[in-house]
Amino acid sequence: MSGGSARGGSTGRWLGHVAIIAFASLFLIVFLLLPLASVFAEAFRQGMQAYLASLQQPEALSAIRLTLLVAAIAVPLNLVFGVAAAWAMTRFEFRGKAALGALIDLPFSVSPVISGLVYVLLFGAQGWFGPWLDAHGVRIIFAVPGLVLATVFITLPFVARELIPLMQAQGSEEEEAARVLGANAWQMFFRVTLPNIRWALLYGVLLCNARAMGEFGAVSVVSGHIRGLTTTMPLEVEMRYNEYDYVGAFAIASLLALLALLTLAVKTFLEWRYGDEIAAHAPGGH
Amino acid sequence: MTLTLDRLSRRFTNFAALDDVSLEMAPGEFLALLGPSGSGKTTLLRILAGLDYPDRGSVTQAGRDFLAASARERNVGLVFQHYALFRHLTVRENVAFGLRVRPRRRRPARAQIREQVERLLKRVQLEELGDRYPSQLSGGQRQRVALARALAVEPELLLLDEPFGALDAQVRVTLRRWLRELHEELQLTTVFVTHDQEEALELADRIAVMNRGRIEQVGTPQAIYQDPATPFVCEFIGRTNRIPLTRHAQAWRAGAWSLTEDPWNGRHREAVAYVRPEHLALSVPDGEPAWEARVRHVYLAGSVAHLDLYVAGIDLALEADVASEDLGRLGLHAGAALRAAPARLVAFPCDDGDGSRPVIDERCSWASPIRR
Repeated sequence: MSGGSARGGSTGRWLGHVAIIAFASLFLIVFLLLPLASVFAEAFRQGMQAYLASLQQPEALSAIRLTLLVAAIAVPLNLVFGVAAAWAMTRFEFRGKAALGALIDLPFSVSPVISGLVYVLLFGAQGWFGPWLDAHGVRIIFAVPGLVLATVFITLPFVARELIPLMQAQGSEEEEAARVLGANAWQMFFRVTLPNIRWALLYGVLLCNARAMGEFGAVSVVSGHIRGLTTTMPLEVEMRYNEYDYVGAFAIASLLALLALLTLAVKTFLEWRYGDEIAAHAPGGH
Repeated sequence: MTLTLDRLSRRFTNFAALDDVSLEMAPGEFLALLGPSGSGKTTLLRILAGLDYPDRGSVTQAGRDFLAASARERNVGLVFQHYALFRHLTVRENVAFGLRVRPRRRRPARAQIREQVERLLKRVQLEELGDRYPSQLSGGQRQRVALARALAVEPELLLLDEPFGALDAQVRVTLRRWLRELHEELQLTTVFVTHDQEEALELADRIAVMNRGRIEQVGTPQAIYQDPATPFVCEFIGRTNRIPLTRHAQAWRAGAWSLTEDPWNGRHREAVAYVRPEHLALSVPDGEPAWEARVRHVYLAGSVAHLDLYVAGIDLALEADVASEDLGRLGLHAGAALRAAPARLVAFPCDDGDGSRPVIDERCSWASPIRR
């Protein structure tokens, strides 16, 4: 890239390239690869048996189950919301559209701890709706619903943010063509819209899921840390670590790290294979 | 099908896309909506397709309210300017789309759909390319797929939005002829939107010239060209010379030339005349009123030569067309002096109130009694 014309006398520039690449690689190794490797090293420090045993403890199993449950509720909810929001943002003109766009981004700009606290403030025992909910026997804070609410809030932008630029670039002409050809709303959505956004949607869902399973801050605030009942995997990692159960902590951490690696792999594959259908591209330029 | 558009208006936030538009469409007619961009022609097309609705006015089809039907119930074929082909479907699947989404009781059997798709692909000369995706086709091929897809639902009305806009010049001319032949074969009521007057003049049975959300004139290509009804049509269709006239007693004058009669009987003080380049007489005998003009350039364009004249008396540059073979006989070359006068013109008096707005209702068309 540095230009063939300058190839002759540019040893200095060449050295500069090498230095920058070396620095970046070193940085990645020290700050990313090393910690990741240490997670697995710590997890297996006392051998495979101890690793498996610590994963089979009831608290570990319940944390895994709870994490999967929370993600299984939060991700579909945000999938539906993300598609609806992207549709509204790109297909309609309405008052407050800019405000909706900003609102979708809110969870990204607010500290997760604050997000959790907001729910405590709303639904906690001393919160606005707390007493009323208590009187009706509904428990949200320090219970599973609170975890779900906090996770939904935190992961809300992923799908919508992925779809909006793509749907904006694709425009609505294909959908209009489908309507004029006699398709009803469902046929238009499932036969035209969805196929056009499927890879971007999968990409968004993937990121959403990774965050839903890995979220710590907001979940920590609303969880109450009741072992076996309201601890998700990241919370269980922290609790074990604080109890000096390093193998146990890193065993669960290794599962989260595996999820991260898997997400990364699928994400990279999607970007490589369907890059042009994920990134926004001009209509007709296809 | 006969469509009657009555007083349609459509406003967007800060401009009127359609302003009191009325139009009648005969069965089997090939109608062009011609106008510059922003004139409302695409809005009108989208209203007919059911993709947009007017704020006021009605569209009726044989007495039935056309606007009450949704886009999917109208049985209209629409070809978008950029075709809007379904990018994830093959050519064949694109063409079959309209049949496949029909409710079960109206949907043809699989084999029937396949057969019909093949027939349409043959008609648009794409039978070899049925398994390709839109991204693997050229512009002209995409356009024909879009047309086949629109025709598959057997529409009663075919709408084309700038059908040749995205094609290069050569393909454009070929497809234009081909579309005209297809129309003659199918006898399908067709409306197409274009900003290209040549396209409209060549293809359409009738042209509706639009400007700023209004229809300026509706008529055959011949009538639109020969007998423009408004100053806009004069200037938009073909080329024309715009010549200001002033009234002196009973005569309307522009420099040394004058119109001997007064079509407005002493009303108005100023007017504008429009003269086509081919309607300028270039060798007016002495004694007849005419301008002393000088030839600045001669542009030879095959059988026709375009002359660039300058008339010092009224300080105007005029365009004139003559047959190339007459150049020598008339002694026309750069620098030559000649006596020019309009043989035919269309004129509009200017409003006495603000002095500049032409009064369309008092249009006058005039032809010189002297043969050219």
